[in-house]
Amino acid sequence: MSKFKKSSNTQQEIPTAALPDIIFMLLFFFMVTTVMRETDIMVKQQLPRATQLTKIERKSLVSYIYIGEPKNTAQYGNEPKIQTNDVFVEANEIVQFVSQEKDKLSEVERDQITMSMKVDVEVKMGIVSDVQQELREANARKVLYSSVKKAEI
Amino acid sequence: MADIAFLLLIFFLVTTTIANDKGITLLLPPKPDPNEPPPEVTKNDKNIYKILANSSDQLLVEDEPYKGTMEDLKREVKEFVLNFGDPTEEGIIVYNSLPSPMKAEVNRFGKRLDSSDDPTECVVSFKAARGTSYELYINVLDAINGAYNEIYAQRVGISVEEWLALDKDDDIQKDMYNRARSNIPRAISIAEPDK
Repeated sequence: MSKFKKSSNTQQEIPTAALPDIIFMLLFFFMVTTVMRETDIMVKQQLPRATQLTKIERKSLVSYIYIGEPKNTAQYGNEPKIQTNDVFVEANEIVQFVSQEKDKLSEVERDQITMSMKVDVEVKMGIVSDVQQELREANARKVLYSSVKKAEI
Repeated sequence: MADIAFLLLIFFLVTTTIANDKGITLLLPPKPDPNEPPPEVTKNDKNIYKILANSSDQLLVEDEPYKGTMEDLKREVKEFVLNFGDPTEEGIIVYNSLPSPMKAEVNRFGKRLDSSDDPTECVVSFKAARGTSYELYINVLDAINGAYNEIYAQRVGISVEEWLALDKDDDIQKDMYNRARSNIPRAISIAEPDK
């Protein structure tokens, strides 16, 4: 009878010797891909949906302008505002912002600066076109309307 | 050891935001020179495709109220650009450079004399009012860009997705890009809204 006894001396546990290696691998992956958020966005940001999206080729040439209704409506009201870096600015201060951003780049790259406009869907065109006029004034003519991919119907 | 690694892993997992820097690109016109008068519009009226949006998000396309979808608008812009009504010499060169399925499509659209002369001449003009919503602005811009991208992609025989993903650092792909773009300018004019 003992011939047919089930041999049950197989190990039940999963070997965990390699676990730290796997965890470290994941850790390094996330450490490398993480971009620490530089600015605290103070305006609502629900980006519009579009289909014809292109990717930014060189990240270092991009500066961001955020436009939307302030999140803290009690303090700033509910009119759409423009945010650059960490502060709210008026449209006429954009020129100054652009020249600051251009100063960060090397001289040959200054004309290639791209302004990424992150505009909330509920904003009206008035404020956006004011900003565009200022960008023309500041000679930063490449604009990217940041948007998310529209799901195919 | 694994505990510390776990802790760090969770920290980075939580703080990670996968950056999504994608969008619709547009080149603004240079700032007007105050010493020079604004340039006269020398384009023939039929070569300009006019899209107007008012403050209540209604569209006026070619002087008629527009009720169709954005897909229809995209198709109409494409038909407008590829209408070889009265082609110039350059226009004929462009036509001859098109692959045959595209020529067939152009012929199917027909040649309308009251529409654009050829792709080198035409301009798509879009004007939004101050009260137009940004969403509509992006939708219309997306439709116009979509029409041009379809033309470019068809011209070199790839899909629109492949066209948008072309890497301009790669010589072969850059060459393809230039071939598609040559003589068909992406002429989108964004007019300033009235004050």
